[in-house]
Amino acid sequence: MSSNNRPLSPHLDVYKLPLSALLSIVHRGTGAFLTLGTIVLVWWLMALAGGEESFNSAQQFMGSFFGRLILLGWSFALFFHLANGIRHLVWDAGYCFEKDEVEKTSYIVLATSVFLTLLVWVVAFLFTAGA
Amino acid sequence: MAEFTLPKNSVVQQGKTYPAPAGATNIQVVEIYRWDPDSGENPRVDTYNLDLDTCGPMVLDAIIKIKDEIDSTLTFRRSCREGICGSCSMNINGKNTLACTKDISDIDGPIKIYPLPHMPVVKDIVPDLTHFYAQYASIKPWIQSTTPPPPDKERLQSKEDRAQLDGLYECILCACCSTSCPSYWWNGDRYLGPAILLQAYRWLADSRDENAGERLDELEDPFKLYRCHTIMNCTETCPKGLNPAKAIAEIKKLLVERKIA
Repeated sequence: MSSNNRPLSPHLDVYKLPLSALLSIVHRGTGAFLTLGTIVLVWWLMALAGGEESFNSAQQFMGSFFGRLILLGWSFALFFHLANGIRHLVWDAGYCFEKDEVEKTSYIVLATSVFLTLLVWVVAFLFTAGA
Repeated sequence: MAEFTLPKNSVVQQGKTYPAPAGATNIQVVEIYRWDPDSGENPRVDTYNLDLDTCGPMVLDAIIKIKDEIDSTLTFRRSCREGICGSCSMNINGKNTLACTKDISDIDGPIKIYPLPHMPVVKDIVPDLTHFYAQYASIKPWIQSTTPPPPDKERLQSKEDRAQLDGLYECILCACCSTSCPSYWWNGDRYLGPAILLQAYRWLADSRDENAGERLDELEDPFKLYRCHTIMNCTETCPKGLNPAKAIAEIKKLLVERKIA
């Protein structure tokens, strides 16, 4: 019997990924997205250094619907990566490995990141509305 | 590099459907991955309609019934039928488990059976575990000690020392956890995977073993150990209720502790 034509059994197509695995993917995704966001931050700082005209056009772009969408995504990515990063620290210390703890901390990470994102945006809108 | 799609020869196709026996009222649909090494064809999924009134309660009973009464070419591993040998590990409705301890009544709708994920298939739902066993051998799964045993008795352990092995010695090496782990899917050639790392910790935790230093040297490797990203699929899926992710975290802790000690 030849063994080199053996098929590879299905994996991603058939495996029902639990919540913890989905959050692991999001953690990696938000990490990559934050790196891209850093480039945007550098671009914004360069525009700031470039004087009034370039700063105004950068501000205009970041204030547009698309710009705000990027900022919303970036703020969520930041808070998710932060909250889940803290969970990773707890894991690295050897805690919260029981199945029910993993599920509970998954929901805590999700709730915390959504809450902090909303909080920042509510504060930002109140601040700009008062100015 | 991670390949998220299946190679061409592994793409699963629609297979045959076997109707229920006449007069059957309690019908269970069972879909099973099939691959015949002699056919030269791609894998397929066959559909069997089973009469549950004449079938035992577990998924393994259903598979045995299919082989006995419907399709004798169906190939699978099984032995103890009570969750202690680890032979009948497979992917059932999206989760790796033992067919012999999986209750049919816990499954809604069709039962969908695949081999353990991301493994070379020998035939039907029999995966090739050669590499998995080689990785097991690589961690030297036996007591290593330079002190000779007492002349008049065994190497005794205190109750506390023995309790350190609880949650570890129960592992039956069914490979459910390792083949549920995306890190093992993408890097299984070099990453040891949760089952083998739990076994590695089992010997680190053994009070009678005197070779912890060398064992840790062997494990301190970006691939062998540190491809674990705490995805937790292993602990979620273990049919014995063990916690490989925690065992891996304990190994990582031992490595940090000996650095700062």
